[in-house]
Amino acid sequence: MKKRTICFLTVSAVLLLAITAAGLLLEQKAVQTDFTRKNLMPCAAYLFGTDWMGRDMFARTLAGLSLSIRIGILTAAVSAAIALALGTVSAVLGQKADAVVSWLVDLVMGIPHILLVILISLACGKGFAGVVAGVALSHWPSLARVLRGELLQLSRAPYILTAQKLGVSKAGLIRRHLFPHLMPQYLTGLILLFPHAILHESSVTFLGFGLSPEQPAIGVILSESMRYLTTGKWWLALFPGLSLVLTVMLFALMGGQVRRLTGPAGVQE
Amino acid sequence: MGPILKIRHLSIGFTRYERGIRETYTEAVKDLSLEVAPGQISAVVGASGSGKSLLAHSILGILPRNSRVSGEVFYDGELLTKKRAKELRGREIFLIPQGVTYLDPLMKVGAQLRKGKRDARTREQCRAALERYGLGSDTEEQYPFELSGGMARRVLIASAVLETPRLIIADEPTPGLDVRAARRILGHFRELADEGAGVLFITHDLELALSVADDVTVFYAGETVERAKAEDFASAERLRHPYTRALWHAMPGHGFRADEKTRSAAGEGSSGCPYAGRCSFCMPDCRTVPDIPLRPYRGGEVRCLHPEQGGREQI
Amino acid sequence: MRHRLQFTGKKFIRIALLLLGVSFVTFLLMWASPLDPLQTNIGQAALGSMSPEQIAKAEAYWGVGTPPLVRYLGWLSDALHGDFGISLLYRRPVTAVIAERLAGSVLLLVSAWLISGVLGLALGVIAGACRGRLADRLIRGYCLMISSTPAFWLAILLLLVFSVWLGWFPVGFAVPVGMDAAAVTAADRLRHAILPALTLSITGVANIALHTREKMVDVMESDYVLFARARGESELSVACRHGLRNVLLPAVTLQFASAGEIIGGSVLVEQVFSYPGLGQAAVTAGLGSDMPLLLGITVVTAAIIFVGNLTADLLYGVIDPKIRKGAAGK
Repeated sequence: MKKRTICFLTVSAVLLLAITAAGLLLEQKAVQTDFTRKNLMPCAAYLFGTDWMGRDMFARTLAGLSLSIRIGILTAAVSAAIALALGTVSAVLGQKADAVVSWLVDLVMGIPHILLVILISLACGKGFAGVVAGVALSHWPSLARVLRGELLQLSRAPYILTAQKLGVSKAGLIRRHLFPHLMPQYLTGLILLFPHAILHESSVTFLGFGLSPEQPAIGVILSESMRYLTTGKWWLALFPGLSLVLTVMLFALMGGQVRRLTGPAGVQE
Repeated sequence: MGPILKIRHLSIGFTRYERGIRETYTEAVKDLSLEVAPGQISAVVGASGSGKSLLAHSILGILPRNSRVSGEVFYDGELLTKKRAKELRGREIFLIPQGVTYLDPLMKVGAQLRKGKRDARTREQCRAALERYGLGSDTEEQYPFELSGGMARRVLIASAVLETPRLIIADEPTPGLDVRAARRILGHFRELADEGAGVLFITHDLELALSVADDVTVFYAGETVERAKAEDFASAERLRHPYTRALWHAMPGHGFRADEKTRSAAGEGSSGCPYAGRCSFCMPDCRTVPDIPLRPYRGGEVRCLHPEQGGREQI
Repeated sequence: MRHRLQFTGKKFIRIALLLLGVSFVTFLLMWASPLDPLQTNIGQAALGSMSPEQIAKAEAYWGVGTPPLVRYLGWLSDALHGDFGISLLYRRPVTAVIAERLAGSVLLLVSAWLISGVLGLALGVIAGACRGRLADRLIRGYCLMISSTPAFWLAILLLLVFSVWLGWFPVGFAVPVGMDAAAVTAADRLRHAILPALTLSITGVANIALHTREKMVDVMESDYVLFARARGESELSVACRHGLRNVLLPAVTLQFASAGEIIGGSVLVEQVFSYPGLGQAAVTAGLGSDMPLLLGITVVTAAIIFVGNLTADLLYGVIDPKIRKGAAGK
């Protein structure tokens, strides 16, 4: 059982890494136009077909996925860092800090996610910076809540109270006694942030508030495909979208497996 | 009249995953045999965690799906299959559980006792059952959280007398009650037995068991170690197993000699007597002989290679 | 009773403060935007041909140059009087635009909210009751797949299959193009709303189904379910009488608290189906730097979400007998 889980995690990680690398290598090919081969159905030479400018959809999809994964990892990492900082502040620094943080959490959760990402992206002038800032600054509340709850529970544990009485400093207490116990929760939360981050990045780009139309992002590809749907060019929308779904699912499954590995005992499934 | 319940060589085990990844199999009940006669109260006594509740769930056929069962259970002379248990539970066989957590917190007491039936006959039965235990009709309209501990216990007993029970399985029905309240609850069981039902009384409290039971089965680490009549507990010499004697000595009025070795845990030790490590009369073969059988001895039964040893040196 | 009123009052004050925060943050973000509203809306070429007076007039219209705090306070005092300003793109009061768009979206949002709630609850209960069996695996697989699917792509797929291939539904717009508003029948409206509502319902199911399943698993392992089984209740009766009863409360609260997700999804779905609702207006306003409209939409959606959360909190007190009777006893 354990072997299978670790095997799955390794294979998934390698696969995602390969997609990221391949996308980087294919970036040139993804924007290459060739009007002699435009609007081709999927075939052996062009697995996902070509678009109205003769660009290879397979290369475009891989480049888009690679971009999505990189943005996903970046934003998830920033979001998780914010969540950890605010969760800790709210759990450790007393009631006032807690009230402020929980007000912030409610505020961010009160604006529909997609609207908030749009607003932040606008504030940063759209583009790469806009998307990254938008996704990174809007995804921390739920994880912050979880971490806060976990920390509050931990800080009432007898060994923590003892350490306090023994005069261990607050910072030392957090670093040496609280964070190590938080790691499983944190890691799982971090991995489970990826799917949301990637989905919101592509959504915002699709709406036109994210990556610029010149970039081969999945959101851009799908937004362009909308114009050619009625003429029956289904492959422009189907394969890029499907690849995105599979990538996101892989991240979600990895998160689930990590949770099983680090989770409490006695899970009977 | 034959026994209403007869259990032969019952074993119950579980497969489960530790930390979600390692599959393990634990045997919680090993080779258990006992009988309950109509009109009698048979007690099963064992420490917490020795698998007693699983015995109750197994008879009722409501063990979780990851459990494995071997051995035979006879009800009223016939093999009690899972299908038959399904038909009989709630009609002839009743469970009386520990406390208020066994009542749905969001359903009024009356509606729960009636199991969703609304006809006049069921309503009348429900009212009569509650009244029998001194609970008024206002109890029917209350939610479980509004009941006191003693009231909840009486509601649970009342749930068994909506129909005419033939076998009652009481699983630790008195924790948290003081001695007088507990005795009163046990008095209700005696009444039910006198009306013809067989009662299987599962408890960790030997003294309480002896105050009401006709015979006692002692459980240690998932195994039956001794079956004795209640009167055998009049003195330690009449008992057969070292563990039973240790329990006897730990009772108030018998010197209170609490032997800290008497705590049990299911699933320890793979071969030999599970009590060997804690027994003061342990012989070399106690640790090596596998599958020690339960055998008749001095009018009762015992699972011990050298019951005469303990008996002699005890005096 | 007094306790409950106090509770509700406190919640209302909190909501007011949160709305104030939302409006201020939204304003700040839009003010910070480096995108020049004149360039986006009038265009570089047109700007070049305009006289300095015209440019000054346009700048005043789009609010360029006014100190931010003065602008925000001005907006706030107007908003408190019910005036959310004039939409720069539609050149009509923001309240009128929002009311019209909200009326268009309401059918979509409410039907998707109800369908996803009921369906999610049902799937969650089934999965929890059949834990580990085929039905559970299928439902969990479905939820995983759906929560990994971007709503807009699902919308594109449905559009592709049902509108382009099968031709069952129109490709877009809430009413047939070029038809007089008065001639639009209810059937037309419905036909245009079905696919968007379906998309939103499908995506909304996953969250509530998974949460209900977790809760249902806990309930099915509880002491009282064990006792119900021991008393001869069938699995079906246990699941419906005890399971459903005990997961209903958390499910309903979650559903009220998740109004934001449906609204967020509608932004994407309305865009794909060219459905003229609130979500589409938000995108248009964002792309066109229409600050008053976007600000208005954000505040209104936030208000809907906060009221949803409040309803969830209050509902708990009404449904849960412990809180209800406890409050009555005091």
